Amino acid sequence: MKNKVYLDYNATSPIRPSVIEAVTTAMSVVGNPSSVHAAGRSAKATIEEARSKVAALVGSRPRDVMFCGGGTEANNTVINGAGASSLIVSGIEHDSVLAAAKVAGIPVYTVQTNVDGIVDLGQLEALLKEAPEPALVSVMMANNEMGVIQPVHKIRNLTKSYNARFHTDAIQAAGKINIDMPSLGADYLTLSSHKIGGPQGLGVVILAPTAPLKPLVVGGGQELGRRSGTENVAGIAGFGVAAYEALVGLAGAKAMSDMRDDLEQRIRAISNEAVIVGEGAKRLPNTSCIAMPGVKGETQVMHFDLAGICLSSGSACSSGKVKVSHVLSSMGYTDELAESSIRVSLGYDSKPSDVDAFVAAWKALYERVSKKA
Amino acid sequence: MKQPVYLDYQATTPLDKRVLDEMMPFFSEKFGNPHSSTHAFGWETDAAIDVAREKVANVISAQPEEIIFLSGATEANNLVIKGVMDVWGKKKPHLVTVATEHKCVLEAAYYCQRLGYNLTVLPVNTEGMIDLEQLEKVVTEQTALVSIMAVNNEIGVIQPMKDIGKIVKAAGALLHTDAAQAYGKIGLDVDDMAIDFMSISGHKVYGPKGVGALYKRAGRHTALTPQMSGGGQERGLRSGTQAPALVVGLGVAAEISHSEMGQEQGRLAKMADRFVSKLSKDLPGLVLNGSGKKRWSGNINLSFPGIDGDLLVSSVRNLAVSSGAACASAVSGPSYVLEAIGVSETNAKSSLRIGIGRFTTDEELDFAADELVTAINALGGLKA
Repeated sequence: MKNKVYLDYNATSPIRPSVIEAVTTAMSVVGNPSSVHAAGRSAKATIEEARSKVAALVGSRPRDVMFCGGGTEANNTVINGAGASSLIVSGIEHDSVLAAAKVAGIPVYTVQTNVDGIVDLGQLEALLKEAPEPALVSVMMANNEMGVIQPVHKIRNLTKSYNARFHTDAIQAAGKINIDMPSLGADYLTLSSHKIGGPQGLGVVILAPTAPLKPLVVGGGQELGRRSGTENVAGIAGFGVAAYEALVGLAGAKAMSDMRDDLEQRIRAISNEAVIVGEGAKRLPNTSCIAMPGVKGETQVMHFDLAGICLSSGSACSSGKVKVSHVLSSMGYTDELAESSIRVSLGYDSKPSDVDAFVAAWKALYERVSKKA
Repeated sequence: MKQPVYLDYQATTPLDKRVLDEMMPFFSEKFGNPHSSTHAFGWETDAAIDVAREKVANVISAQPEEIIFLSGATEANNLVIKGVMDVWGKKKPHLVTVATEHKCVLEAAYYCQRLGYNLTVLPVNTEGMIDLEQLEKVVTEQTALVSIMAVNNEIGVIQPMKDIGKIVKAAGALLHTDAAQAYGKIGLDVDDMAIDFMSISGHKVYGPKGVGALYKRAGRHTALTPQMSGGGQERGLRSGTQAPALVVGLGVAAEISHSEMGQEQGRLAKMADRFVSKLSKDLPGLVLNGSGKKRWSGNINLSFPGIDGDLLVSSVRNLAVSSGAACASAVSGPSYVLEAIGVSETNAKSSLRIGIGRFTTDEELDFAADELVTAINALGGLKA
């Protein structure tokens, strides 16, 4: 599949070559990190080195980093383990937050967003007054479908004044924008390895030094008792390298947003009808959610697939289901428009020629359907 | 011969080179999110996961759709115990397990007990075996779930799963077995043994760490509450993007273990016998913990009366061995498993677990025996 154009980095990112090397090296070393013999201690050292690297990506202390089996598990752990009496979530959260909240057994309040995808702070404050204390507020740092960045500092100030705890799902934000856990002051922050070029099957919860956390998985007491189970040593080693590369890669954010802006401008030049979702807000440098009114997202995705371009009509998790994106609905878009959107997401390996291929394919489809109409 | 010699196969096993080779493409060119149903990158990894599912199912005569991939046996054990009690506990508030289970089973069971469910922890005899008559008495129509491990991680004894299955089925309860140490090593048949749930670990069968599987018998009677909600992967029972590289690795590891099971059993049994006889000749007072017959040959748990196990471990620096379960090895104090089979505290403190497996050689074991004898003599020899 070498000649395919991959524009679905928000679903999963190709693994970086340096990560593959770290994983392979760690794979060939035997040892259970809980064993006290030399083989075990060396596995443990591998984990701790990676922990420091992941901590560095968000500026936190290594001991506040808890490894687990993925972003979904990380989000579920926080939603269930923060000891909250109520939950306030935004309507545009990832399914792993929304679904976990639904079954958490405590009252759940949903805060809506404006048409740019920014959380309504007035409504959030009203909900904070109403929700039983202590509440846990979960608002993602940046959205996976249209890339809008939330005013997390303002949200943190609000939650602080109402004694609520604050969780931010930074899975899509990591490696794309700067994250500084201490100055942000969130209680919980979650990350996923495979969205930043690391291996699949790994996530972390990063805690504020004072944040409580009840474990979801109990047993041998690994990860300071917060998450039992033998650690995925090789995967963690790879995650560490990916975190380091992501931190270094932040320097390329401007080049990436230039590439994305160029793509959007060229789409605009082709059609006045195209809608770029969340355009009025601050967005991740790599994400573009583009609607071609009147043409179903699935039809577009098929067209692009035939042209050798991989992208999706929403998040990968909902792409198998035939339903309208809850994110676009929450922003107030009509079902019709939401159904006609696709997501383009760039990554560390994207080239201007990928953008050219996309624009050409978009133009071909647009001209074909406009002629018919 | 590479030193230190790795003799801790119960803690974890080396990754089989053949497994790593199959995994590699999924780290590089085959990187797609298996849930991306809109393009070929996703289809490719999704298909690979289905193939692995079939391989994992074959080992235990299950159907592929009865296999749920997750992050490891600890997660599988937590999911079954908490998940089943959550669904069935209102009608049937009773849960049964055994004193020598892995810590994650016991911890999950105590968690359920704190929620108000009734918990029975069955004792074992000095061989490490449960009493079937006692099991029959304890399991009633109030019992939702019985969780008994197939092969013990510390002493290697094999519980009679088929007899246990009959008793549990007759009482109308569900049977879960933690097969982390048994899967791919001894013959397991979920229908023949009437097993409803089985926990499987990747890194105990020469596969990668961070992946495991749960066998869940098809049907509504085995419903359980998922621990992880989200994108609805693994038929809604375990949300989260699957790790295709790890899942493929588990599949290949399962396939290899299955096809080489008989041969490996024979080889390990012979090697273990030779090792224990060699050691007993020089150290006549040593004790083999757990049943001598119904055991997995790869696990040799020995007590050296009069010797401090921690001192012994630290004086055989050329051997990677353990004085108990890996999870417990950072915690001092005698093993609760040895305590449960009635080993005295002093003997428990003098015990060592020697785990052998696919890549162990006679040469390594001869070296280990010599090292142990020298170290024990230097520490003053065995005291009866």
